[in-house]
Amino acid sequence: MPMISIRNVNKWYGTHFQALKDCTTSVEPGEVVVVCGPSGSGKSTLIKTINALEPIQGGEIVVDRVEVTSPKTNLPKLRARVGMVFQHFELFPHLRITDNLCLGQQKVLGRSREEAMEKAMRLLDRVGLKDHAEKYPGQLSGGQQQRVAIARALVMDPVCMLFDEPTSALDPEMINEVLDVMVELAKEGMTMMVVTHEMGFARKVAHRVIFMDAGEIVEDAPTEDFFAHPRSERARLFLSKILQH
Amino acid sequence: MDYHWNWAILWAPSPDGNGTYFDMLMDGLKWTIATSVCAWLVALVFGSLVGVARTLPFKWLARLGDAYVELFRNIPLLVQLFLWFFVIPEMLPHDWGTFVKQLRYGPFLTAVVGIGFYMSSRVAMQVSAGINTLPRGQRMAGTAIGLTTAQTYRYILLPMAYRIMLPPLTSEFLNTIKNSSVALTIGLMELTGSARAMQEFSFQVFEAFTAATVIYLLLNAVVTIGMRMLERRVSVPGFNAGK
Ligand SMILES: Nc1ncnc2c1ncn2[C@@H]1O[C@H](COP(=O)(O)OP(=O)(O)O)[C@@H](O)[C@H]1O
Ligand SMILES: [Mg+2]
Repeated sequence: MPMISIRNVNKWYGTHFQALKDCTTSVEPGEVVVVCGPSGSGKSTLIKTINALEPIQGGEIVVDRVEVTSPKTNLPKLRARVGMVFQHFELFPHLRITDNLCLGQQKVLGRSREEAMEKAMRLLDRVGLKDHAEKYPGQLSGGQQQRVAIARALVMDPVCMLFDEPTSALDPEMINEVLDVMVELAKEGMTMMVVTHEMGFARKVAHRVIFMDAGEIVEDAPTEDFFAHPRSERARLFLSKILQH
Repeated sequence: MDYHWNWAILWAPSPDGNGTYFDMLMDGLKWTIATSVCAWLVALVFGSLVGVARTLPFKWLARLGDAYVELFRNIPLLVQLFLWFFVIPEMLPHDWGTFVKQLRYGPFLTAVVGIGFYMSSRVAMQVSAGINTLPRGQRMAGTAIGLTTAQTYRYILLPMAYRIMLPPLTSEFLNTIKNSSVALTIGLMELTGSARAMQEFSFQVFEAFTAATVIYLLLNAVVTIGMRMLERRVSVPGFNAGK
């Protein structure tokens, strides 16, 4: 039983522009899948459909046996169980780091303040930011903010984590501190879907790589196969460009 | 011009029998403050509701909000006050109309409603703009942790939006105070009305309106200072709006 199952998903923005074309893939529990592809190919759109941040017009998405696309699904409840990390962190600037981590726990999961705080401190410790608990997001560096954002997702005890280019807004010297946290997470068996161009990360922890172009899943292969012999010309071209750096 | 200045007039008894002319102006000031504050509350409540509605993902609701804003913003305030005061009571069922016309504080209540709704259209524009200047990802981040739309507004979008909006809201509050003077046309003896009455009784037109001007300036200074203090109080460490 896959953790995330995406079947024949079609999505349009407006009436004319098709952002996802018949996309099908799945992610097993504990699996780490990297999604890559040129800018505008639909990577963000694809992972946003998984927790219904973007509605789809055709196909079916199931997360942990819950049918995302069914009108009967309690979406807030589902989203609480799917962690999401954004390119620009999206911490809540007016809340202290602790409150950023407690908000969802208290308002969505109904945990008590004490319970939420304990969990928050435990995860802050894990991402190495316990000393910054009482600060505001604007007082942290980009890398620290992104680590807080990961902790904010983890306090909800998610069944899987979605990352949308978590390091592309960071200064180069901060990328590794974030990737390290993600590698740890992967090692612990978290189910992860990661949009990223960090091919080093992909090689190291990804079980599979999905390559997208123009709204299509062009390639979906075990990591080694993908890097050793990409089947499509488009993937080869993409890899040659990205591996030059 | 040989105008005979006489500032002592302020301390001369006024013909309304309630103390000096200065007392009369102070009475007017009280009505100005009461009208402005109450109208501002109406403007904040309705302006926030409409402003939020215009940012919700329901097209028809946003359209309704747009229509509200256009309606109240584009009809001159004076005309709106006359509509509320003279026309609407006639359109109500007879008993209601009579009740409304006999209200003890009719001009005051009409001014609160009229100026309040007029200003609410401007507040609504500020609220929508404030929400729309927040990064799109903020709404998404709230939704992604499982907050409902209402919770996302309550805990994430509005706290930041109102902080960003404080400076423009300050100037809208000052506008409300200025606009309260229009209420003299429906018989409310607020500050401008009092100054005019003083001039009519005493013929000291310059003293009357100079005094009123100074009082308005002081009132605005108090509001501005108060709002600056509020801005400082709620400012977010490490976050500079618009910088
Ligand atoms: N909210 C939106 N409305 C309209 N078009 C959009 C929207 N979001 C993304 N798109 C378009 O959909 C395509 C895929 O976007 P996206 O999923 O963000 O690509 P990627 O993350 O791979 O760069 C792009 O052409 C983009 O312009
Ligand atoms: Mg993207």
